[in-house]
Amino acid sequence: MRLSLGPLQYFWPRERVLAFYRAAADWPVEVIYLGETVCSKRRELAARDWLDLAETLTSAGHEVVLSSLALLEAESELAALERLIGNGRCRIEANDLSAVQLCREQRVPFVAGPSLNVYNHRALELLIEDGLFRWVPGVEQGRALLAGMRAAVAADGGRMPELEVIAWGRLPLAWSARCFTARAHDVGKDDCGLRCIEHPDGLPLATREGQPLLTINGVQVQSEAVCDLGPELPELRELGVDLLRLYPQAAGMDEVVRRFRSAIDEGLVPTRAGAVNGYWHGQAGMPAAIA
Amino acid sequence: MANRRRLSQVNDAAAAAGDDTTSAATDFTMQLVCPAGNLPALKAAIDHGADAVYVGFRDQTNARAFPGLNFDEVELRQGIGYARQRGRQVFIALNTYPEPERLGDWQQAVDRAAALGASAIIAAELAVLDYAARAHPGLPRHLSVQGSATTAAALRYYHERCGIARAVLPRVLSVQQVERLSQASPVPLEVFAFGSLCIMVEGRCQLSSYLTGASPNRHGVCSPARFVRWDEHADGSRSVRLNGVLIDRFAVQEPAGYPTVCKGRYAVGGEVFHALEEPTSLNTLELLPRLAAAGVAAIKIEGRQRGVAYVTAVTGTWRKALDRLAADPAGWKPLPEWQRTLAAHAEGHQTTLGPYHRAWH
Repeated sequence: MRLSLGPLQYFWPRERVLAFYRAAADWPVEVIYLGETVCSKRRELAARDWLDLAETLTSAGHEVVLSSLALLEAESELAALERLIGNGRCRIEANDLSAVQLCREQRVPFVAGPSLNVYNHRALELLIEDGLFRWVPGVEQGRALLAGMRAAVAADGGRMPELEVIAWGRLPLAWSARCFTARAHDVGKDDCGLRCIEHPDGLPLATREGQPLLTINGVQVQSEAVCDLGPELPELRELGVDLLRLYPQAAGMDEVVRRFRSAIDEGLVPTRAGAVNGYWHGQAGMPAAIA
Repeated sequence: MANRRRLSQVNDAAAAAGDDTTSAATDFTMQLVCPAGNLPALKAAIDHGADAVYVGFRDQTNARAFPGLNFDEVELRQGIGYARQRGRQVFIALNTYPEPERLGDWQQAVDRAAALGASAIIAAELAVLDYAARAHPGLPRHLSVQGSATTAAALRYYHERCGIARAVLPRVLSVQQVERLSQASPVPLEVFAFGSLCIMVEGRCQLSSYLTGASPNRHGVCSPARFVRWDEHADGSRSVRLNGVLIDRFAVQEPAGYPTVCKGRYAVGGEVFHALEEPTSLNTLELLPRLAAAGVAAIKIEGRQRGVAYVTAVTGTWRKALDRLAADPAGWKPLPEWQRTLAAHAEGHQTTLGPYHRAWH
């Protein structure tokens, strides 16, 4: 079982991003996803910078995949996506069907990211025809769905692509045209002042009685809970999961990586360090529902 | 944040004047597509000027799978007959996402839609669209809003892969973006004109699912009633929970809408406010000439969960607005009486241009 470092979902200053990936170059992860998936206004790193970073990390022995935006609205974003896909070196994580179509047109193999809606074997088989080589299921797809998927693909005489499951991090739950960080700061999206940069782990949202619930991250809404599938490692192994995805966070990421690495290498089951992911167990995603 | 920017227009809700204008489908630039959750609503929509009515089966194959709503085959056969006799169309929404073991049920629903003589199906999921294209190539396929297609590339995908004849756009694009997309799209576009406003990209929102396990994509429901609990307190205030999670509290006399996660009040940065969206409805009436000029093929009214009174008033109002636009495009402007009727039927009696207007974002 391999480890991947998912795309950085937050907006950090340039130096912080570069320092993070300088450190990550030495971490025991096989795959690193790079690029902006949430908001095209976040430009601390230009496309050129991401490609340079990709080259550095590839030289350090990692497989690098370039991740695309989950929600595209402007034609300029589509044009940038087309350039990203045509980079000629790295493969692409397609986070919406625009990216799938452009990969298909340019005959570039792609990873289907978690914001693509793939709920059954026929959809997966169609995307495999389009060039899908790895599938990251959406957040609400747990153990039972993945087992059902594997059985249905086999019954069709097909082969499952590489399977990558989100094992650590806040779950991406929704996207909007509206920027919720700008709204919280009472500024318009068009003059947001890039305030996301003030929230390196997103902006916490709690109920009126103080229960932590969600995390605001620009146009994206995440769970507040940092979900941890470490203790479910035996089930993940049994299901034939190929990669565990760990989403970057502002602090302690090296520890997260090492914990999963040693558990995999030594065949151990780590104790729970984050929240239960209810989805994995076929329930509501939020941990309170299962506790 | 006391002066929190309010982009919604607060409209005085006048009593809805019943509106029974009936007009035969003639030479309209844009088709008017109206919702129906039952047979009386379907007939009301037809009687008051809908060019097409969209409906769902009484199961989880559509995104409004609410108890007591939708059609069995007998009702649908009657409804389709009623529409056909009057030269109108019925679209059947099959716009949820089946898992492997349930895909057969969705395929059967496609077969039923074809056998009943639907004018089109509205679907989002690749396997459902692909099955329909192969099994019933003559049955037009419309891409549902749940398909989350926001670019020309995504629309090309559904067109080339599934042969869609029309696409409904998610409620995320500004009117300028709709205009440009209309130029680049391989298929005619349908856009939402009025009704409850999903602020998240449809088909990609797991907020209800995260709290309840019941998912719009898989189960066709958002914030299902069986998870909603209202509590009235000694001081007359009320609180509302979704699966135990506090969505909002309301003071005495404070109006309270249906508790979806996105329209609750939460604490962010030490302040309590509608952190995602306030209860409000989309109303694009004033954009009608721009949408028509952009070549938009159809405008859609949200609200299969609403009753006959809503369908009657809202359909009639948009019919009048469209007829006036066709007769006199240059002199068209939204009449106050139209806006009053629409506001009376809007969620929270407030309407907004929503994502069509850049400042909303």
